[in-house]
This record gives sequence, structure tokens and C-alpha cells, in this order.
Amino acid sequence: MSRIAARFEQLSDRGRTALIPFVTAGDPSPAVTVPLMHAMVAAGVDLIELGVPFSDPIADGPVIQRATERALAQGVSLDDVLDMVRRFREQDTETPVILMGYLNPIEVMGYETFAVAAKSAGLDGALIVDVPPEEGHALVEMLKAQGLDLVYLLAPTSTESRIARIGEVASGFVYYVSVKGVTGAGNLDTAAVAEKVGLIKSLIRLPVGVGFGINNPETAASVARVADAVIVGSAIVSRIEALAATPERIPEAVAEFLAGLRHAIDEVDAHVA
Amino acid sequence: MSTSPDHLGLAGTGSAGATLASSGAYNWPDAGGHFGTYGGMFVPETLMHPLEELRTAYERYMADPEFLAELDADLQDYVGRPSPLYHAERWSRELGGAQIFLKREDLNHTGAHKVNNTIGQALLARRMGKTRIIAETGAGQHGVASATVAARLGLECVVYMGEVDIARQEANVYRMRLLGARVVSVTSGSRTLKDALNEAMRDWVTNIDDTFYIIGTVAGPHPYPAMVRDFQAVIGREARAQMLARSGRLPDALVACVGGGSNAIGLFYPFIPDEGVAIYGVEAAGDGLQTGRHAAPLCAGRPGVLHGNRTYLMEDNHGQIVETHSISAGLDYPGVGPEHAWLKDSGRAHYDSVTDDEALRAFHHLTRTEGIIPALESSHALAFVHKLAPTMRRDQTIIVNLSGRGDKDMHTVASHDGLVL
Repeated sequence: MSRIAARFEQLSDRGRTALIPFVTAGDPSPAVTVPLMHAMVAAGVDLIELGVPFSDPIADGPVIQRATERALAQGVSLDDVLDMVRRFREQDTETPVILMGYLNPIEVMGYETFAVAAKSAGLDGALIVDVPPEEGHALVEMLKAQGLDLVYLLAPTSTESRIARIGEVASGFVYYVSVKGVTGAGNLDTAAVAEKVGLIKSLIRLPVGVGFGINNPETAASVARVADAVIVGSAIVSRIEALAATPERIPEAVAEFLAGLRHAIDEVDAHVA
Repeated sequence: MSTSPDHLGLAGTGSAGATLASSGAYNWPDAGGHFGTYGGMFVPETLMHPLEELRTAYERYMADPEFLAELDADLQDYVGRPSPLYHAERWSRELGGAQIFLKREDLNHTGAHKVNNTIGQALLARRMGKTRIIAETGAGQHGVASATVAARLGLECVVYMGEVDIARQEANVYRMRLLGARVVSVTSGSRTLKDALNEAMRDWVTNIDDTFYIIGTVAGPHPYPAMVRDFQAVIGREARAQMLARSGRLPDALVACVGGGSNAIGLFYPFIPDEGVAIYGVEAAGDGLQTGRHAAPLCAGRPGVLHGNRTYLMEDNHGQIVETHSISAGLDYPGVGPEHAWLKDSGRAHYDSVTDDEALRAFHHLTRTEGIIPALESSHALAFVHKLAPTMRRDQTIIVNLSGRGDKDMHTVASHDGLVL
């Protein structure tokens, strides 16, 4: 069983909804990322999504675009990101870590080289934003051969047949994009999310995480009522941006924000239990 | 082939175009939008359904005689097609080789080939019930062509344009605003065409219910490369019929500039099965390929994935897309249409490049010898003809796509010559 599957099984046994933070690796500087990951774990997150900076992030809103630009200005590469995972694993062998990014840096590294390097760094899976199930078969094979999970996006516009098809190729969990839009969008319609997540759960056996537009304890709690995981990205990254000039304060500030979300989710879980 | 381009845009030219679909020789893309190993649909899940919706509508209307008649009528009466195939006799004589024919896309309404595609996509948008048009633009030509058709059809229009390009193409920005479009300045990344495309994609994914994204070149995810090609193929169909009517035989060579590559594929596509016709695409070598300051992914890049398709790209060693340079804003793009990547690898077309200085010399040369001021983009094709024509016999022929007129480039050329207009 993969580290991701094991983690979701533990959570399910304990009646706990996962909290998954996203941060862009190397933002605002490479030295911040590993301490930040440990601080997030201490604040109660269950899995970490690490963004690989790419020059043309078409699925991302302005907050994560700027994070990407800050990381790229420091020359952060896919190799560097894998190295951060390796260093994180020196102290934490429990918390699953997945990469979230775009295909081209992996193309340049080479599929097999990437898959082998990712596994040896201690990575657990990848969500490659611009690889839908129609594409990237060779890469998928390489990653599966290394025992890495492939996380796929689902959208409000995904039809039942697409959801079922993605259920066949995905592993670990699936990531439901809660709004029509890019990362950091607002206007989360919790009723619509509940309905769609219900449909997804009827078609797919994997845990369902929900992200895009969750930015405070209230939205985190409302999503926790229907999803297996609450995914938060831009709201964290904007706090990192605000402290870019004093990076030593970032881990504590992010941890405090996440602890607030964790508390709100725990209250929902306690109520449901 | 999933579409039926051969029924399209034959107004005024007779139906002499090759029926590629029946030749069996060239059937790209496949059902998933691949041209060999290139093309495809490398997009987030959020865009898969809108792309499927677009593909379905496109296939439906390209088989609808009423839609095709509407398109043909617009190409004839609004764009002014067919565009002439002009024998540049004096220029041919000066170069001392092949006879050179200019396909006069510069005479189209709005001054370039871009409108062939925006008319087609806007009519499709209206049939799909979309009320809002978005577009990306670099030099502004595609933005102007989109704003133009949006004005005519009464559709809301938003054009994304890099902050850098807005500063260097003020006249086109004003033109778009006159036409009622909102021009949005894109300040992310390199603040040029590629970033404008990123921003338009983000708008589309956010507003898919009422919005149609008109991509201006043969790039992007499937079905865009095939759809834009099919709308632009009217260029090649006309040129083929015009050359046959004039000389009774096909040309010996075709030449077109390649940025994203829509004017080039539009000329080339109907000739692909004609193996005796040599095909040359010309990229922007900028300051020279050896300087790294250029926009020539086919000549000096390598395959990768950007903007929804696999194609040749300009990138660094870590897969980040790098900034490009060309004196011609319309060629200043780090990728290229995936069908060109395939035509290159398969050997059916040849790709070369010319520098800013070579393009400028050709610009002046054509202006002085033929009284035609070409766009700087098209001047790259002309500069290549300068090298090619003298190597050919006088009874041989070249068709070069004069994809746009040079009015928009007055400031650029003048400042290069040390003048301020």
C-alpha cells in the first residue's frame, strides 16, 4: 500500500478529514521550503502538495503565478524540488508528499529519469496539471512502475463518463476543482460542491479532495462536511508573499493559519462522528 | 481527418482544390488531435469539456452547408476574397531566377490573413450561442481581426495583450478600442504573446458558459491547430487554383513565414499531397541563431509541451520557456504549430530562418521594386526567396505568402533607420 493510501486509511479509521496544503517549492527562497513543510506537519496537515515552478502556469491564478515567478527568479528547478523532498524525508518518513506541476520540466528531465529520481527522493505521487488521462501514457507507466501515485483533477464540467475514466487511471486520491476558474478563485458554491462530490463518490472508490477557493476556516469546514480532504493553496501562498521580506517568520505564520483551519475541520469531524 | 475543410471557402475560385480527405495520403491529426508525436490536448481537466464541446460544434458546422455558405459569403464580401496571386515580374527579374508570385493576403480587410480565421471562429461562436469573444494578441493583428468580427456580429470582445507588446503596438491597441474591444494588459511572466495566451486560457476556464476563445494561430490544444488550419486553408486552395488557371501547372516551391504558423499552414496544407511542390517555412532568426536572441524553435529548439500541445519550443535546460526575440512582433513566439513540427520531422516541409537585418533588407527591396510595402513578418518569407529564387530556373515558379501589409510596422522600420515618426 502506498504511503498516500495508508494515510487516507488511517484518517478514515479515525473519522478525520485530511488537510492538504499547497506551497510553491522555493518560494520565496529555497531555504524556506523544508522548514515550512515540517512546520505545516506540526500544525496538523496530513499530506503536502509541493508546486514545481513553471514559466507558463495556465491553471493558476495571480497569487500562485507570482509565487512561481519568485521561485524561478531564484533558479529553482525540478531537480532542486526533488532535493527538497529528499531533505524533508531525513526527518519525516510518515507524511505523504506529492508534486503538483506542469509537464514540460518533466519532459526535459526525461520520464524514466524523473520517475526513478522522484521515488528515490521519497516522493509519493504527482499531479501533472496539463496531463489529462488522454495524454502522457508513457509517463504514467514509468511512474506506476516506481510505485508512485497519479493524482488527477476533476472539474465541475467533468461528465460522468470522464469521472469514471479518471477513476480507472487515478490512484492515491482525486482532486476536485471546486469552481470554474483558476487557483485562488473565490465564490465557492458549497451546495454545488456537495452535489458534485456525491456524484464523484458514487463513481470512484478513491478519496476525494476538494480545492480552489478555500481560504478561511468557514469554507474549510463546509468542504470538510462533504470531502475526504480539504486542499488549500492560494490562501497560504498569499501569506507567504506578505512575509517574503522576512522569510524567517513564514513557517510560524503559515502554521498558525493552518492550525485554525485544522481546528475548524476537527469540529466538523467531531460533529459528524 | 475529422473535419471537412475542402468544402470551405471556395467562393470565387472554382473548386480546383485538392480533395485531401479522399487522397488518403495525409490524414493528420488523429482523433486525439495528434500530428505524429506532436499536438494533442495537454490541458487541465477544467478545459477538457469545453474543448470537447468546441470540437463537436466545429465538426457539426463544417458539415453544414448553410454554415459553409455563410462563411464563403463573408470571405467574399467582407474580407474581399479571393485575394490576388500577383506575378512580381520586376522583382523576379532582379533576382534572376524563378518567377515569383505573391499571394496577396495583405489586401484582405484588416490587412492580413488573420481575418480568415477570426471570421470562421466568430461565426462558429455565434452558432454555439456564445456572446463573448476573447483573444490573445502579440503584434495586435489577431486582436484587431477578432475585434473587427466581434463588432460586426455584436459580440462582447476582450483581447489579452502583453504589457510589453501594448507599449510597442500603440496604433493597434487604439484600433481595437475603436472597434469596441477591451484590451487587457498582461503583466505576468515575460509580458508578451505567450503570457497573453496563458491569460486568455485562464479567462476561458473561468467563463466557459458564455465565452468563445478565438486562438489566432495553429497552436493550442486540439481542435485549435486543425480548426485554424482549415479556416486558413482557403489561402492555399485559392493559390493552387489560381496557379493552375494561369500556367496549367503547380508551383515548384511555396514559401511562408512561420511564427505560430497559421499563414504558412494555410498556404501549405492544400499542397501537401503534391510531392513535386517544395515547401519552405521561414522562422525569425532575430539577431542570429548563434546569439540565442531569436524566435526559431523549429530551427534551434527542441520538442516539449506548451499551451496545450507538444511541439518544438524554445526552453532552457530545466524546461522553462525562454524569451524570444524578433523585430517582427508577429513571429515573437517560443512555440510553433504542432503540424509544422510534424511536417519538419516527416521531411515534407523544410524550415529555415532569416535574421532581422535580412528581413529588413527584403522589406525595403520589395517596397522599391514592386510598390508593395510588406509586413515585417512576411518580409522574412521574402528574404528567404531572395536566397532561393536565384538557385532556380527562370521557367520555375515560387508562391510566397504575402501574409500582411506593412502599415503597422512604419514606426519599427523608421526607428531602425534612426527616424522618429
